[in-house]
This record gives sequence, C-alpha cells and structure tokens, in this order.
Amino acid sequence: MSKYVYLSRKVEFSASHVYHNPAFTPEENRRVFGKCNNPNGHGHNYTLEVTVKGEIDGDTGFVLDLKDLKDILNREVMDVFDHRHLNKEVPEFASEIPTTENIAISIWNRVAPKLNHGTHMHRVRVYETPDLFVDYYGEP
Amino acid sequence: MKAYLNRRYLFSASHRLHNDRFADDANRELYGKCNNPYGHGHNYTLEVSVSGQVDRQTGMVCNLVDLDECVGRSILERYDHQNLNCMPEFRDKVPTTENLCIHVFEILQREFRHAHLERVKLDETLMNSFEYAGGTEPRR
Repeated sequence: MSKYVYLSRKVEFSASHVYHNPAFTPEENRRVFGKCNNPNGHGHNYTLEVTVKGEIDGDTGFVLDLKDLKDILNREVMDVFDHRHLNKEVPEFASEIPTTENIAISIWNRVAPKLNHGTHMHRVRVYETPDLFVDYYGEP
Repeated sequence: MKAYLNRRYLFSASHRLHNDRFADDANRELYGKCNNPYGHGHNYTLEVSVSGQVDRQTGMVCNLVDLDECVGRSILERYDHQNLNCMPEFRDKVPTTENLCIHVFEILQREFRHAHLERVKLDETLMNSFEYAGGTEPRR
C-alpha cells in the first residue's frame, strides 16, 4: 500500500487582468462580468498554494526537495505571472479569460509536467482574495 | 475542466446549547458554558464550495454575483444578528454549529442552481470549524 504524503507550498504574485469576451456585445460583457469588465483592467495580490503528493524517499526523508519545487514555481509561475498584465503578457490568456478558474488550470498545466518522477500534483489552489479562491485537481 | 470555487462570508449570531429533554444538571454537565442561560454569540465564517465545468464563454464555474446574491438572501439575511434558538429550525434541535452547518448546506442545495454545491464549512471561532458535504466525504 502506498503511503502518500501531501506537501504544500505557497507563493504570492501580483497581476492585473480584465474580463472581456470578444464574442459578447459590450452590453453582454458588462452584464456578465460587471466591474471586472472595466476596460483598463484591475489587479490582485494572488496567493498560490500548490499541493503535491508522493511517497517519502527512504534516503532523504523528503516527498520532494522543496528547493526544486521553489525553483519550478519561480520559473513556471512567478516569472510568467508576477507583475504582469495577464491578458497581454501570458500567452494562454490571449484567447481565454483570465478568471481565477482559468489561472488555476493554467498553473496546473505549467507546473504538473515539471515535477520529478514519483511526485504528483494533487491540487492547485489560487486565492484571488482571502475570501475567494479556486481549487483545481486536474479533472477534465 | 472541472474546478471548485470557494467563497467566504461572515455573519454573527447568538445561541445557547440546551436540550429540554435533559435535566438542568445534565445540560450544564454536557454543554458547560455554552449552556449559560442567556446565550452567547459568535462571528461565524461561512465557506461555501461549489463545483462545475469552467464555462468556455465566461471562464467561470458560476457567476459570483449569483452566488453572493443567493448566500446573501438565503443565509446571511436569515441568520445574521439573530438568536438561533428563536428560529423555527432550532425549535426542536440544539443550535450547535454542526446542526447549523447542515441547515446551511440544505438551504443552499435547494436555492443555488448555478453550480453543484460541494461543501459548507463553518468556523465558529478560529479554533473550531465544522464541515458538511451532504453526507459524502469532502474533497481534500
């Protein structure tokens, strides 16, 4: 039987975005997205919590080396998202709306393939504010 | 892609834990200071989790405006600044936070139609919290 242990790490990034679907009329955009549709965008301090799972390595006592996870998060998330305008500077948000839901999915897709063999992504949790957060578990 | 959206709300209410079927001594023994005759209050933090496919047009599991409206109307307006013992649902039921949690879940399950209700979590204080997922195991 596997003895999975779950390890979580948080990072914070700040970014701006605007919710706008070009397929909608201006009135529809306004109605659906409200003030998130303000044309010049707005920003948040996001907190990302990544939870990975794996078995404890007998030699190191680690699920994974935290420094490796920190490096992956810096490279795949912080360098891409922090102090950026998500719609204009993160490629997937040229065609998708940078909602917290889609940010969580994007981070999963960026980070999960970079984890070492034997370590699996369990959950990506993105806080847009302390009172609003999204979880993604890689489910289709 | 299936994502989980979590939103926190605050309300304040008073209650007294007391079961009429028990003798006064037994109530005091069981509920301790929560049985003090005039009741006491808490600032409750309610965390509502809903899930669903991220809509491709909006990038959302559901529109937060709809969730806020529903929780505001059906939960916050109902319970905020009320004495729980005086409410019909607690006429024959002790208003523990466990029971309140189940009531909140059942109300939201009935009232919220825009996404699947996953779980309700109620923090009574920073130290005590309760979760209900309709009798199933909540997603971790």
